[in-house]
This record gives sequence, C-alpha cells and structure tokens, in this order.
Amino acid sequence: MPVAPDSRSPYRVDLIQLDLLLAAVCRAGYQLIGPSIKDGAIVYDEVSSIEELPVGWTDDQEAGRYRLQRRDDRALFGYVVGPQSWKKLLHPPRQLLWKGRRTDGGLETIAREEVTPRRAFLAVRACEIAAIGIQDRVFTQGQHADPIYAHRREQALVIAVNCTEPAGTCFCSSLGTGPEVISGFDLALTEMIDESGHWFMLEVGTDRGGALLEGLEFTPVTDTERRAVHQRVDAAARQMGRALNTKGLKKLLYDSYDHPRWDDVADRCLACSNCTMVCPTCFCTTVEDVTELSGEIAERWRRWDSCFTLDFSHLSGGSVRHSTRSRYRQWMTHKLATWQDQFDSLGCVGCGRCITWCPVGIDITEEVRQIRAHPVAARASR
Amino acid sequence: MTRTEKPKLAVWKFASCDGCQLSLLDCEDELLTVADRVTIAYFPEATRAVVEGPYDLSLVEGSITTPHDALRIQEVRRCSKILVTIGACATAGGIQALRNFRDVRKFTNLVYARPDYIDTLERSTPIAHHVKVDHELRGCPVNKHQLLEVISALLAERKPMTPPHSVCIECKQRGSVCVTVARGWPCLGPVTHAGCGALCPSYDRGCFGCYGPMETPNTESLSRLWRYLGAGHREITHAFRSFNAASEPFREESLIHEQRH
Repeated sequence: MPVAPDSRSPYRVDLIQLDLLLAAVCRAGYQLIGPSIKDGAIVYDEVSSIEELPVGWTDDQEAGRYRLQRRDDRALFGYVVGPQSWKKLLHPPRQLLWKGRRTDGGLETIAREEVTPRRAFLAVRACEIAAIGIQDRVFTQGQHADPIYAHRREQALVIAVNCTEPAGTCFCSSLGTGPEVISGFDLALTEMIDESGHWFMLEVGTDRGGALLEGLEFTPVTDTERRAVHQRVDAAARQMGRALNTKGLKKLLYDSYDHPRWDDVADRCLACSNCTMVCPTCFCTTVEDVTELSGEIAERWRRWDSCFTLDFSHLSGGSVRHSTRSRYRQWMTHKLATWQDQFDSLGCVGCGRCITWCPVGIDITEEVRQIRAHPVAARASR
Repeated sequence: MTRTEKPKLAVWKFASCDGCQLSLLDCEDELLTVADRVTIAYFPEATRAVVEGPYDLSLVEGSITTPHDALRIQEVRRCSKILVTIGACATAGGIQALRNFRDVRKFTNLVYARPDYIDTLERSTPIAHHVKVDHELRGCPVNKHQLLEVISALLAERKPMTPPHSVCIECKQRGSVCVTVARGWPCLGPVTHAGCGALCPSYDRGCFGCYGPMETPNTESLSRLWRYLGAGHREITHAFRSFNAASEPFREESLIHEQRH
C-alpha cells in the first residue's frame, strides 16, 4: 500500500515515477544537471527528463582509452564517470574574483554580478561524493574558507546513484570510497533491471531531499528487493578493474623520493596536465590579472592550474620542479601521502579518471605497485 | 599612468602571409580603442600614413629569409623600445622554414624563370635569431584576444599572460572531450603551446600544432602514442613539420621519423 514519503525507508520507483520526481526537482527551482552524451563521451550538462540521459549506453574504459558502447538494455545509469566531474560547477575552471575601476587618483571596486543558480546534480557516484567531501575540507574548513565554493556547494542538491557496473579503471572499493553511496546525498538511486521490471531504489538522505517527494506516492521496497539491491552493489565492489593497496602508503612514498620508477614515468609522461584537470579533487589555481585596453578597468581571475606546468612552481630564479620526474612525483606523492598530513585523508578517491584520460595511459595504481614491489632503501637523512 | 603623448605602435612585415597583421585588423571593435590608446605610427597593411620613429611598441610579423631582411630587422630593433614578435613565422621561421630541410637552390631553380634574380638565404629563421625580442606571441595565426592582451599588458606595464603550457589544459577547461582518448585520433595537443583556446579539438579534430612546442614537450612519448594509434613515420614527420617545423623540438622529432620512412 502506498505511503506518504515522510519516513526515511527506501522506496521502489519506476521510470514514470522517476521522471515525475525529476520534474518535481525542476519545479522546486533547481537547474537539473546530469549525464549527457557529447563528442563521444558522457559529460555533465543540463537535462530535464530521463529521455535526455544516455539511455542504453555504457562506457568501456582502460588506461588512455574511453569508448561509448551500446548496452543490450535501456538502463539510464549503466556507465560510470566521464572526463568531467562536479568540480566544474563547484570550483569552475575560470572564476572572476575581483574587479575594479580607476577613479581620480584612486580605485573603486565593482561588485561581482554573479548569480549561481540552485543546481541539482543527478547521478553523483560514491567516488564523486567522496571527492566533493575532500574539496569541502579544502575550501570550507580551516582558516580561509572560500565563499565562492561554499555558496556553490550550498546551492547544490545531490542526487546520487549507486554504481552497479564499475569500469576497468575504477578502484574505489580498495580506497573505501565506493561503490555504495553511504552519506553526503540528498537523494540516492540504485538502478535495477530484473524479472520484476526496470525500477530504482530511492533513498532519502536529507530533509531537503525528502521535501522534494511531497505529493508523490511511492511504495516502500520489500526486504527481498532491498537484499537484491545490496547484492548488486556488493557484486560491483568485487568487479573493480583496478585496486590500490593503501597499506603503509604514506611511508612508502616518503621513502621513495629517489626511486628509479620516477624516471620511467617521466619517459612516458607528457606533462600535459590532463590528469590534474580531470581529477575531481585537484584544486590548484593560479591568479591572472587582466586590464582592459583603455587601462580603466582591471579584473582578477582565478583559473585552474596544474602542478605539471613550469609556472606552477616558478619562484625567483625559475621553476623549482624543472623535470617531469619531479612534477609527476610531486603530484602522486601529494595525492597519496602528503595529502594525509595536510587534510587527514588521501587525495585520491579511486574514480580512475587520471588513468583513462592520460593520453599515454599512465596508471597511478601500477606506479604504486611498481614502487612497492621494488622498494629503495630509506634515506638516512629523513 | 599619465602620459603626455600616446605611445607609438609600429607593425612590421617580414617573410609571412600577413595573416597575423590581419588578426590585429580583425579586432574590429577593440581596434578603435587601440587607435585611441596608441598612435598607429607605422602599419602599411592598414594605412599609408607614416609617423617617424622611434616607436614604443613594434609588432613584428614574418621570418628572416633574405640578406636584405637580415639587415632591416636590425634597423627595426634600433628604432623600437619594445619588440614583440607575432606568429609562427616570426617566432619559429614559419612554413617557409621547410627549406631548412632541403637545398633552397633546388627550389629556386624549379620555381623561377630567372633564379639568378633571387637573393635568398639558405634558411628561414625566427626574429629572435637576429635581434633581442622582448616577447614572443605564438600562433598561426596569432589569436586576436592574445594579441590584445599583449598590447594591453605592455601599455599597462605588466607581464602579458600567454601561458606556455599544453593545449590540453585549455581543452579540458572549455569542457571538450579528448579526441585521442575517446576517438583514438592522433592529436598534437599534449606537446603544443596553448593560446588558441583548443580550437580544433572543440570541432572534433586533433590539434595541428599551430602554436609550436609547449614549455616541456615530450615529443618522443607522443610519437610512440601516435605509432600505437596507427600513424606511420611519414605522417609523424609531416605533423611535426608544418608551421613550426624549425622550432627545435619539432625539428628534431621530424628528423627522427624522416629517417625511418
């Protein structure tokens, strides 16, 4: 018997009901952003109904390779993560920080006219919730909170999707960041296609999420249905294409500054920065000052930067990390070791984007495996 | 900054197609502001009116290919306070630097009825091989927004922002999907200097390398990838040997693959 969705028990939702729910999200004033096909990949774009999702598509991912493929069903969420992450909306690639106008002998600031719409993020995966959690820590905690990120984050409604079919480059289960969504969502979905039909288990994570269900009637899932969902997600955890052994990782990398493997990586690494651009936790930016030709208006912009560029470590006298070896080492050691000292967690969530979108297929899990397999003697000076 | 007199801008042409000068004329709306801020003192492509030097800012297009031009660039340097080279010809020797890989006399003999009238150098060389250059603006042609940035920056006495990293950063920041990873197509983006805004990948094709080598190009690794994606040595040679053929990293890589044809 249908019940009003005030209790927090999960519901069974069919395709029509899901579409109604998405319509309710839009009606509540959210701009719905979800998976969408563009130029041969699944990206995040504005959508308004389930018909606009990549219905019946999946992604085949390997190191340096991504291909869309047809599925033999009409699953809505039968793929994992693509080249973009929610970072593009929470921490945009370019952001105006400050603008000013020359006055008689002085300077006046011009208020930023920026309106961030309330956005609903549809199909946020467990690894991405973990990544958003990491960026929350970076941007909103500590002495210098970033108001731009904080506001965008506050405006975002998270509709998560549990992963049931990981890709070849996924390794979230070895980092404890997935494939199951545990927290950090307003609503969560698990897609099921079985003998009982094409349906979703809907969980409510917050009051904000629960409020969107008002006026809609859903049936609670049965214990059998709930077990089936958990079996799918548990199976996904065992299907990860890759794994990263985190045991003693910090010490391992701190002891490996002089490991010959860095030379091997540098031979392949293009220093193109793709890994840092696609990484959902990489947060580094540079600041650019621009002036209009007239010299009357000046603007300060924040732009994504990468530790793979020379300018990133440019100090008086030149770049500190001149070799690609030192730049790759810096990136990986930060992700997996120094991040732990800085933010009390790994800087990696196991989404596998850096592996898939590296043109030459450099694989962070393989680099760790090689370093672990051939340890170098710890430096006496440490 | 208060000025009693507007700074004088000069635009010089050496061996080139004029495309980069056209980028300046293509600025249209902003061109009026440029004309407002500077005196366009020497710009034969735009006007016959000439104001005598010295010039505060000289934009130099084209490469040095004749003994006459090798002397003329010295004159340009002498009368210019700041000298900025614009485009692949001026910064790398341009497409005409293909002569550097062959005997130029064979070309002149083939092309001209009276090759003895042709007084040309063995090699096409960038301006920086001849005189001190204050800033190089890459591209074939240059990007008009970058050109305006360089002019604005120099007028405001700040450093122009023309980052030397890969095209990939621009590609990802504009939200384009990597054509190499998602399509398996060869692309020069990872070894190419940014500045175009990742134009070609946004139209679903690989980068042609118009802006020349990025700051630390790993051309060897990229060539291995191209081979893996099915490109032959001839294709790789041609890819590196275009508008920036004489830039050192591209030149070396093209020679390696030419030997393996």
